[in-house]
Amino acid sequence: MSIKQVRAPMPGTFYRSSGPDQPPFKADGDTVTSADTIGLIEVMKTFHTVAAGVDGKALRFLVDNEDPVMAGQVIAEVDE
Amino acid sequence: MTIRSLLIANRGEIAVRIIKAAKALGIRTVQVHSAADADMLAVKLADEAIDIGPPAAKKSYLSIPTVINAAKRAGVDAIHPGYGFLSENGDFADAVEAAGMIFIGPKGDAIRLLGDKVAAREVAKKAGVPTVPGSDGRVDGIVAARKVAETTGFPIMIKAAAGGGGRGIRIANNMAELESQFPMASAEALAAFGDGGLYLEKVISRARHVEVQILGDGENVVHCYERECSLQRRRQKVWEEAQAFLLPARVREKLCASAVALAREVKYRGAGTVEYLYDDETQDFYFIEVNTRIQVEHPVTEMITGIDLVQEMIRVAGGARLSVTQNDIVPRGHAIECRINAEDATRDFMPAPGQIGRLSIPEGEGIRFDTMLYAGYSIPPFYDSLLGKLIVWAETRDACLDRLKGALQQLEIGGVPTTVPLHLALAGDDSVRRGAFHTRFLEAWLEAEFSRQLQSKSEVA
Repeated sequence: MSIKQVRAPMPGTFYRSSGPDQPPFKADGDTVTSADTIGLIEVMKTFHTVAAGVDGKALRFLVDNEDPVMAGQVIAEVDE
Repeated sequence: MTIRSLLIANRGEIAVRIIKAAKALGIRTVQVHSAADADMLAVKLADEAIDIGPPAAKKSYLSIPTVINAAKRAGVDAIHPGYGFLSENGDFADAVEAAGMIFIGPKGDAIRLLGDKVAAREVAKKAGVPTVPGSDGRVDGIVAARKVAETTGFPIMIKAAAGGGGRGIRIANNMAELESQFPMASAEALAAFGDGGLYLEKVISRARHVEVQILGDGENVVHCYERECSLQRRRQKVWEEAQAFLLPARVREKLCASAVALAREVKYRGAGTVEYLYDDETQDFYFIEVNTRIQVEHPVTEMITGIDLVQEMIRVAGGARLSVTQNDIVPRGHAIECRINAEDATRDFMPAPGQIGRLSIPEGEGIRFDTMLYAGYSIPPFYDSLLGKLIVWAETRDACLDRLKGALQQLEIGGVPTTVPLHLALAGDDSVRRGAFHTRFLEAWLEAEFSRQLQSKSEVA
């Protein structure tokens, strides 16, 4: 079994849901497909969706909701 | 009480601007900053800097107890909130006073009163200021809404009483739409703002956004004439001018007098802006809202009046009377401000934080660049994309546009894409030169004219 990484496409603040009172897009352990949204990055007051970019069985987040992230930083791992 | 020391509860270019004004008055400056802003220019310029927490604004710049504690620790006499963040938070103004310091701005009560759109409309009406035809305050249900619409006609805007920043607005084009949208708008407003209250306003199409700069000391109020701010994208101003050059003298006089009357009604203290929609065809103007703070576009007013608005704010907050009377304020020439953002105008204005490489700032008569940039500075991704404001003044508007073009060509910001190409295109545009624009002009122009220019450029390349 190999592990794939999901990297932040841009720097900013990472959010795991679409709003403070919304459930997270994905939970740890969820399966994902490449097109699935796993979070949002807020950069300079605009919001951009982050797609998993890979298909896999178990998703694991490496950053918390509202954590600052750098472009290219690994934000999650996916077991293939 | 005289202010001897001042804490700046903000960041970016406005923090730099406030520090410069305070220094000119001989005031000691203390700059707060988040962990992401330790390297910002205002930190380098201030006499003292205090780290107030993580990058997320709600944990640093927006945290009232954190900012108050920093101010107490620094032992300052006053706090300047700049614009954005806590600048229009009445509770913050109260907390500053409760901690024994001076808030540079109006009293908390005045901020709350003018911040509530329905209440502000009532104040405007009381002061004899024309308001957009619509409901008298909140509308109690669909029956009342139908009655209002019968008088004002369509299209009509359904607005959340507690909304702001363009949020909580729906437009109904006929009675059927009003009937279906009204209950949904109320439910939405309740969910978003915790208040389902709605009010109605007639839609003024093809309007200009004109606003009057006011200054008050709690007793006297003057106006510093008006600004034209119709060039907007997503309800955000992009380019501002002073004066509103196409306004007939008679209308200007009435407009400015109405802003003063409104400010007098609440015994306004500090700098503020009364915003209006102006209909070119009928020459009618309508009150929209009051901003109880210094605004991004204040420099165009400074350029035509010679008044330092930030210094004046600090002085009146310290208990001084206004240093100018209305007769002292004589506008001269024309000024234009371009907001220079770290955005890629060729890629749908995608924000682009990054490190500033080479920086070359135009200088010369009538040219001012308010900025927080320096070569080597890394722009953090956590706040807005405003890098600076290029403000150009000349005797006439035509000369101002020519000088602006030259200044934009000389402005070099290396390392990140900026909105300079957008402003160059606007400065060279015939409609802009004729003043033939309104609040919905820019978005259509971007789609048609600007994208055509981008395309022909890429074909040449």
